[in-house]
Amino acid sequence: MTALVRQILVILVRILVGARGEWIGSTPETRSRIYFANHTSHFDTLAVISALPLGVRRRTHPVAARDYWGSSAFKRFIAEGALRAVLIDRDGSGGGDPLAPVHAVLDRRDSVLIFPEGTRGAGEEIAPFRSGLHRLAEAYPDAELIPVHLENLARVMPKGSFLIVPITCTARFGAALTQIPGEPKAAFLERARAAVAALARRRDGGAA
Amino acid sequence: MTGAFGWVIVGVIAILTVATVVGRTLERRATTPEGRATIANLNARTRSWWVMAVVFGAALALGPVATTLLFAGLSFMALREFWTLAPSRAGDHRALFLSFFVALPIHYLLLGTGWYGLFAVFIPVYCFLALPAVSTLAGDVTDFLARQARVQWGLMLTVYMLSHAPALMMLDTGADPALLVLYLVVVAQLSDVAQYVFGKLVGRTRFSPNVSPSKTVEGLIGGWATAVLIGVALHGLTPFTALQAAGMSLIIVVAGFFGGFVLSAVKRDLGAKDWGYVIAGHGGVLDRVDSIIFAAPVFFHLTRYWFTP
Repeated sequence: MTALVRQILVILVRILVGARGEWIGSTPETRSRIYFANHTSHFDTLAVISALPLGVRRRTHPVAARDYWGSSAFKRFIAEGALRAVLIDRDGSGGGDPLAPVHAVLDRRDSVLIFPEGTRGAGEEIAPFRSGLHRLAEAYPDAELIPVHLENLARVMPKGSFLIVPITCTARFGAALTQIPGEPKAAFLERARAAVAALARRRDGGAA
Repeated sequence: MTGAFGWVIVGVIAILTVATVVGRTLERRATTPEGRATIANLNARTRSWWVMAVVFGAALALGPVATTLLFAGLSFMALREFWTLAPSRAGDHRALFLSFFVALPIHYLLLGTGWYGLFAVFIPVYCFLALPAVSTLAGDVTDFLARQARVQWGLMLTVYMLSHAPALMMLDTGADPALLVLYLVVVAQLSDVAQYVFGKLVGRTRFSPNVSPSKTVEGLIGGWATAVLIGVALHGLTPFTALQAAGMSLIIVVAGFFGGFVLSAVKRDLGAKDWGYVIAGHGGVLDRVDSIIFAAPVFFHLTRYWFTP
């Protein structure tokens, strides 16, 4: 049942928004990775999951906010069941380390997908990253940090609208971020943000 | 369907078989990396042509409803490719939603029910007025004129103009209406193919490197001449005499050429090489139907003016 719902969701997303994966500088692999992407719409998680090949998808767990995805039995089923998501408390209300469920995934050498902006951005601009990515990178130096840029998803369903426009979306996976020992947190987060921004398709106009 | 339809099928199968065999042979002979890439693209194009020919032929054989639905689907995919590359703002969201899910279905419904009067004005008049009106409600005036122009261009090109190919089935010329659609598509597409072949074989002089680097003067002349000859040979599908067919196919290839040319300019303005990726070797749906977009309305009106009672 869960597998069927998952398959239907993936097919729907593929038909509706394309959700094509483009790998620039990295290849789909099942090794333990931390995928981090810009956050622009409710479809983001689904789009990245649909863009991953099956073997990789099976071992990649999106990190989702409990206050939204845990708010009803249906959303919970979609998130935890169909998308294999791990739910975390954004505001730390659950007590303890809010990232503990994410650690559990990385401890068993699976991959996670996180949206370090924390909340959905207003448009094309990528907001400054929150520190969770840095803490995970420090705790799991072996996990590859893969930047992911989601293009066009904000236009599929902008904030505040429930109308879907079927524009084709692309998830672009970049080269793994190198870890620089002793790099200050702020510099690391800015470098990670720049790596995602650099994957945006250049609209340079002019003939090629 | 008449016997003529059968002959076109046989002809298309023959051309594609030759292309497949030639492609296989060239594949073995290619030595340079560029040569191999060109042949790989040629073979991908040929494989896609087989699929496109089967889909289009099946839709025509199934009848007007299937043909109309096929073009509605192509319009949908072309409009999606247009908006994937063309920029839009949050304030355009409702106008885009209406383009895809209201304007497009209503327009094709008018076509299907044969309500020509409203079909002809629904998008150019009523959508032209209604979509900017809806957009003003979002309250965003940044780039307003340019944004509205894009909304209208998207609909006019991918829905209104393209739909004039299946709209040929509305015309009572005395000939089988499906064969007119077949005639238009075969002449326009063979012109593109012949331009490609002549361009690759004898192309030297670039026609316009800024807009469309692959087009050559030699390719154009060879392609147009071939397509007009085929247009004359196929005049049995149409109500035209051989001479009239020569004129009509010349109009189709010239308009079709400018379709490819104009859409290429738009594409480059948007910073892309192809409109999409769904047709292997060709790019997107818009890359394949660009010539039909310009040729169909002109061919439709000339036929309607001179060959219907």
